[in-house]
Amino acid sequence: MKNKTVFSCGKKAGGLLMASALLAISLTACGSADNTAANGEVVVYNWGEYIDPETIDMFEEETGIKVVYDEFETNEIMYPKVEAGASAYDVICPSDYMIRKMIDNDLLAEINFDNIPNAKENIGSQYWEQARGFDPENKYSVPYCWGTVGILYNKTMVDDTVDSWSILWNEKYADNILMQDSVRDAFMVALRLNGNSMNSTDPDELSAARDLLIAQKPLVQAYVIDQVRDKMIGGEAALGVIYSGEAIYTQRENPDLEYVIPKEGTNVWIDSWVIPKNAPNMENAEKFIDFMCRPDIALLNFEYITYSTPNDAARELIEDEEIRNSSIAFPDLSQYDLETFSYLGEEGDALYNSMWKEVKSN
Amino acid sequence: MNKAAVKKPESIKISYFNQKLLTAPYLVWSAAFIVIPLCMIFYYGLTDKSGAFTLENVISIASAEHAKALWLSLLLSFVSTLICLLLAYPLAMILAQKNVSRQSFIVLIFILPMWMNFLLRTLAWQTLLEKTGVINSVLSFLHLPTLNIINTPGAIILGMVYNFLPFMVLPLYNSLTKIDPNVVNAAYDLGANAVQTFLRVILPLSVPGVISGITMVFVPALTTFVISNLLGGSKILLIGNVIEQEFTQASNWHLGSGLSIVLMVFILINMLLTAIFDKNGEGNAL
Amino acid sequence: MIKKYAQKIYIALIFIFMYAPIVTLIVLSFNASRTRAKWGGFTLKWYGALFANAEIMQALTNTLLIAFLSALIATLIGTVATLSINSMKRANRALFMSITNIPMLNAEIVTGISLMLLFLTLRAKFGFTTILLSHITFNIPYVILSVMPRMKQLNPSVYEAALDLGASKSQAFFRVVFPDLMPGILSGFLMAFTMSLDDFIITHFTKGPGVDTLSTKIYTEVKKGIKPEMYALSTLIFVTVLVLLLLVNHTPKPKEPKMPGRS
Repeated sequence: MKNKTVFSCGKKAGGLLMASALLAISLTACGSADNTAANGEVVVYNWGEYIDPETIDMFEEETGIKVVYDEFETNEIMYPKVEAGASAYDVICPSDYMIRKMIDNDLLAEINFDNIPNAKENIGSQYWEQARGFDPENKYSVPYCWGTVGILYNKTMVDDTVDSWSILWNEKYADNILMQDSVRDAFMVALRLNGNSMNSTDPDELSAARDLLIAQKPLVQAYVIDQVRDKMIGGEAALGVIYSGEAIYTQRENPDLEYVIPKEGTNVWIDSWVIPKNAPNMENAEKFIDFMCRPDIALLNFEYITYSTPNDAARELIEDEEIRNSSIAFPDLSQYDLETFSYLGEEGDALYNSMWKEVKSN
Repeated sequence: MNKAAVKKPESIKISYFNQKLLTAPYLVWSAAFIVIPLCMIFYYGLTDKSGAFTLENVISIASAEHAKALWLSLLLSFVSTLICLLLAYPLAMILAQKNVSRQSFIVLIFILPMWMNFLLRTLAWQTLLEKTGVINSVLSFLHLPTLNIINTPGAIILGMVYNFLPFMVLPLYNSLTKIDPNVVNAAYDLGANAVQTFLRVILPLSVPGVISGITMVFVPALTTFVISNLLGGSKILLIGNVIEQEFTQASNWHLGSGLSIVLMVFILINMLLTAIFDKNGEGNAL
Repeated sequence: MIKKYAQKIYIALIFIFMYAPIVTLIVLSFNASRTRAKWGGFTLKWYGALFANAEIMQALTNTLLIAFLSALIATLIGTVATLSINSMKRANRALFMSITNIPMLNAEIVTGISLMLLFLTLRAKFGFTTILLSHITFNIPYVILSVMPRMKQLNPSVYEAALDLGASKSQAFFRVVFPDLMPGILSGFLMAFTMSLDDFIITHFTKGPGVDTLSTKIYTEVKKGIKPEMYALSTLIFVTVLVLLLLVNHTPKPKEPKMPGRS
């Protein structure tokens, strides 16, 4: 990216470049004339590809509030930005354990549910119950999406029965396994296989899990996050650890793929809307969350991102019976041994991070 | 360097303007956006979470994982730099001989690709190299053995060479065109053969270009985290990945800054090397 | 003869190496399937979808605007700085040039992080301005190092002659010195523009909510699978620049007094 040398194309290319730049700027500038909204704005910080853009347009149209939308890739990337307070967001959509961390560190505002009538009305009681794991009094968060983590496998490439995390250690599938490139998810797999809690902070249990992951590393083709999707569709790998929401999409693209929740149990996660304490537009944030809880909007989002919705009213609206009763999108949770991630404290986090580094550098 | 500059080392001085006034904007700018930010890295790197002075963050480079990541980074960037040099030298020599369409060629090969985003170009290599990717499809169609380098150090080296090759070619090319053809002809006239001429005349005269090419390729290769992520399947941890993760995921800025200080040592070595070949302190020995 | 063919083949191989990924991206922009892993037939729909995608268009605007503004401002500051550095005493000049070299020689990740720490300490609002300031910072050295060689080639007697012939100092500068610097300034601008356009790492650390450049947008998408619209956009940009270059190359040009940059 760096060079001291003068490019020998000075005059010509320079002039050309200026002309093309000006052209492009003027072209795009007319397309993006800001319609500054009368009712202020709301700054939303959400996962990448985690909303139907249509619903944002609808919200802007109906309320006259301008949505400033930003995306993050992992909870860990989101947190320091919010904590530093340099960027003031109004609505954020973190996962369970991160919400707990934000509550503990006093970063979240209590939500006034009187202003969000759609939340209590449409979201199923079992999800509120589950959310107590990280938000004990249901004061700070409104569930948006949920799901499980499991194994996605290609039926044409795997001939064993897939019902256990242990298949990810089967040497037959060397170089055909995709693992999650995130600390907690990777350790969850190893900890559950060892029969430990995925919220363990016991150094011995964690060391055992670390050794297991190191032993697995030669078999792993790549550590990826959402790229699991493209790679599995393309038949690049036989087995991948994946979020249930992605599984529905991949099956649609490649019918050879099958999703399984392993018998050792897994993580059931919830991503919820929260409002940070320093939110400049608190009222608009409430309006935004309320809008997202409307059954028709939740349905649009479900169909776009294919992650399970906790919005029971929206689920009723799903026309395709197969999907409405899909065991991937809406599994019967009672038959599995499930846990939700909880916040492990600063020391716990540091322990996980250093062990993960050992796995990755090995 | 053209002849005017050679004959007349004392070049124009615009001292007629108020020099302080001219210096001020850049002075302020570089203080605010280069010097102070660097001081902040040192501040974070040399303190712990409570703000007390510590060397722990810097010393942690010696820990097994960090040392291994650094060693691997040094190794991979060394190999890529070497490959870049070996690929670029013949190319630069061919280009230096040809005078026709040389300018448009350079634009075509080096500037035009940059208009396709760096991340997209690197990602395209993934599509090319994957097990079921384009190259392997072609190979298996031709009944040739398939290539299996994606997610290995080999793929990372390929990505580095691809991204940084232009920065090796340009300085080499520039220093080769500066060689006076009469000098080369004189060598032949005096009875040297092609190999001797190359080794005794051309190569020594192109050393400044070689040095600057090496620095230009080595540093970005040493510190990249994107290429290793995209082409290495996140299986290979380079020092750039460690630093990036400390900042964006583990949120341990002190450790991240401490490791950055270590990286800066290597960059300093680079700057010293450049300075040796840039005796006038003018920054354009290349 | 053999040597000549060998040379041609070598250049062709390098060409293929440099352009293989670019051709891949262009092909992907016509792929009807949403995923890059599967060929779903030929389509032009992503080109239509591209212009309807407000987010990508906004990222494009940001990218071009930041590249243009940062290159322009860096060219201004850099050119002025070159004038003053050139007339400095040697020790000062060496110091200045070392500082100038820092953003270029330093790891981009360190530069990005150091700027992020600065903006955080200043409690600046991360966004368009912070990206712009960072880009100007890493662009200035490219300008200085492009202008400096031209500056050195200037023959002082020309300037003095202009003065002797009765030109005022500013006239002499803008009529005599400045035109000679122009090729250096332009290639500095071009270099800065391209660098800013292609930068990801520094932008990654200095960007704020809702402000994306194409690079950061793509990085977010990498994890989710790149939207095909992005391939379409890259193809359009690439083809536009290519066509413009070809046009410029094939129009008869006025005789240039000397080869620019052939220093």
